[in-house]
Amino acid sequence: MKLRPAGENLAGYAFISPFIIGFLAFTIIPMIVSLYLSFTSYDLFSAPQWVGLANYVEMFTGDEKYWTTIKVTFTYVLAGVPLRLTFALIVAMLLNRASRMVGVYRTLFYLPSIIGGSVAVAIMWRNIFGNEGTINQILFFMGIDQKIYWYQEPTSALWTLILLSVWQFGSSMLIFLAGLKNISPEYYEAASVDGANPFQKFFKITLPLLSPIIFFNLVMQTISAFMTFTPAYIISKGEGGPLDGTLLYSLYLFQKAFNFFQMGYASAMAWVMLLIVGLLTLILFKTSKYWVHYESKEG
Amino acid sequence: MKALQETPQAEPRQLRIDKPKFNWKKWLYHLVTGAFALLMLYPILWLLMSSFKESSQVFVTAHSLIPDPFIISNYAQGWEGIAGQSFGTFIKNSLIIVGFSTIGAVISSSLIAYGFARISFKGKAFWFACMMVSMMLPHEVVMIPQYIIFAKIGWLNSFLPIIVPQFFGHAFFIFLMVQFIRNIPIELDEAARIDGCGRFGIFYKVILPLIVPAMATAAIFSFYWKWEDLINPVLYLNSPEKYPVSLALKLFLDSETASNWGAMFAMSVVSLLPVVLIFFLFQRYIVEGISTSGLK
Repeated sequence: MKLRPAGENLAGYAFISPFIIGFLAFTIIPMIVSLYLSFTSYDLFSAPQWVGLANYVEMFTGDEKYWTTIKVTFTYVLAGVPLRLTFALIVAMLLNRASRMVGVYRTLFYLPSIIGGSVAVAIMWRNIFGNEGTINQILFFMGIDQKIYWYQEPTSALWTLILLSVWQFGSSMLIFLAGLKNISPEYYEAASVDGANPFQKFFKITLPLLSPIIFFNLVMQTISAFMTFTPAYIISKGEGGPLDGTLLYSLYLFQKAFNFFQMGYASAMAWVMLLIVGLLTLILFKTSKYWVHYESKEG
Repeated sequence: MKALQETPQAEPRQLRIDKPKFNWKKWLYHLVTGAFALLMLYPILWLLMSSFKESSQVFVTAHSLIPDPFIISNYAQGWEGIAGQSFGTFIKNSLIIVGFSTIGAVISSSLIAYGFARISFKGKAFWFACMMVSMMLPHEVVMIPQYIIFAKIGWLNSFLPIIVPQFFGHAFFIFLMVQFIRNIPIELDEAARIDGCGRFGIFYKVILPLIVPAMATAAIFSFYWKWEDLINPVLYLNSPEKYPVSLALKLFLDSETASNWGAMFAMSVVSLLPVVLIFFLFQRYIVEGISTSGLK
């Protein structure tokens, strides 16, 4: 039965041929071109000039803005992703019970994730944190007379972006909720018999059994956080300001490529981004054995 | 569903039905969860209610959700559009982009997924690995060469660079459908084969009707991503009559003057309507899609 009937190879390739063509045309060839361009100076209009490692050298030693965007992006990722996952886990645990209202709550918590990537929401966020926006007015009604100029100071402007990403914890929450439902109640019952308190149950049962899902989320969210573009582009009106405080990596790359037409430099930036994302993923995978617990099969 | 019925909390709750006693724990739970849910929703409500306020009142009364006076003229004003184009044009453009992209992505992904899930051919593992890697690849790495290629073949300022790549499968959707097809009993394929179906016949008559839920999930996410997509329209479209909704809203924002806040908020609400509507209509598919494959 395991024999491969004649024609199977042909049939297989026929079915996946769209993928192979697309993969070559829209991924592999562009990647090779991008790698080549990263060693050139190219403005889209005249032919690319080979400059060797000059773009990479400029990036790490000459371009101060580059270090700013690295700092801004890492702050965004390293603060945003853990906060988002923490919220997702807390709310998922809150919703992991039998109640008629759970479906409603789940919908409400998930709604921000569904619309969160849109321009409309970025516009909304920009105005809520505006000088005359809701947040300042509510602070005023709470007796805080000091207006916070969220978008005039680099740190607070970046934190509004981080908050916007935390606000969209819904999709991770759904994944955690599915994971929580798969944990057998017997574990908790056994722990209760042994007199475990809720904290012990959380750290000894919930967290270890959920760790593969947390790990998966961590990898995917870190990668996508690194590539965030729309909110920074809309909220700072394409500038990345104030004082480059919201200049996320994708935004700076976009500016270099399509505002200044430094295609070579932007390509080099893209390759460094690929390396950073790859490295982060590798670190997550390498360290995962210390904290990810896969259920053993022998039980 | 099975897991839901087996949650440990289910049992004590049923016991309480015949013992009507004020359950303060339950009330506290709903109070905290409900309040938090409302807090999460507040920004959306604020946007919605601000779209019914007079532009001059939006920020004077930013602390209040109740428009006074309640007006709907923002919608008429916003619908007139911007840069000489009615907002209807932007919606039409978005629908064209989203429609073709979604059809392309769903059909091609289902063919590819069938190949990966049911046919054993040489090099399958390699191509499957390629697909998994392409899921994690930052778009920025291919963005510039793609732009150059599309510019060279004269596709700039058209929908083609946004739509055409979708016809070659979408890694997330392929993955989702492969998982789905693997759960379909292989006996169905074999029965069809005995009845004289070829490969494509099995795919079309047996598999396709059974993976409709996975295709629906893929279609919904394709709709969301393409409807909200900003970077591709920014890159490829430069005349306002071709702008989709996302880019049109950015145009509103760029030309923002004290007088058209209301119109901008109104059109923001309009742009979110299809997304929210589809969300409420097809929630089941969305929740399943996310919980099984980690689609965002």
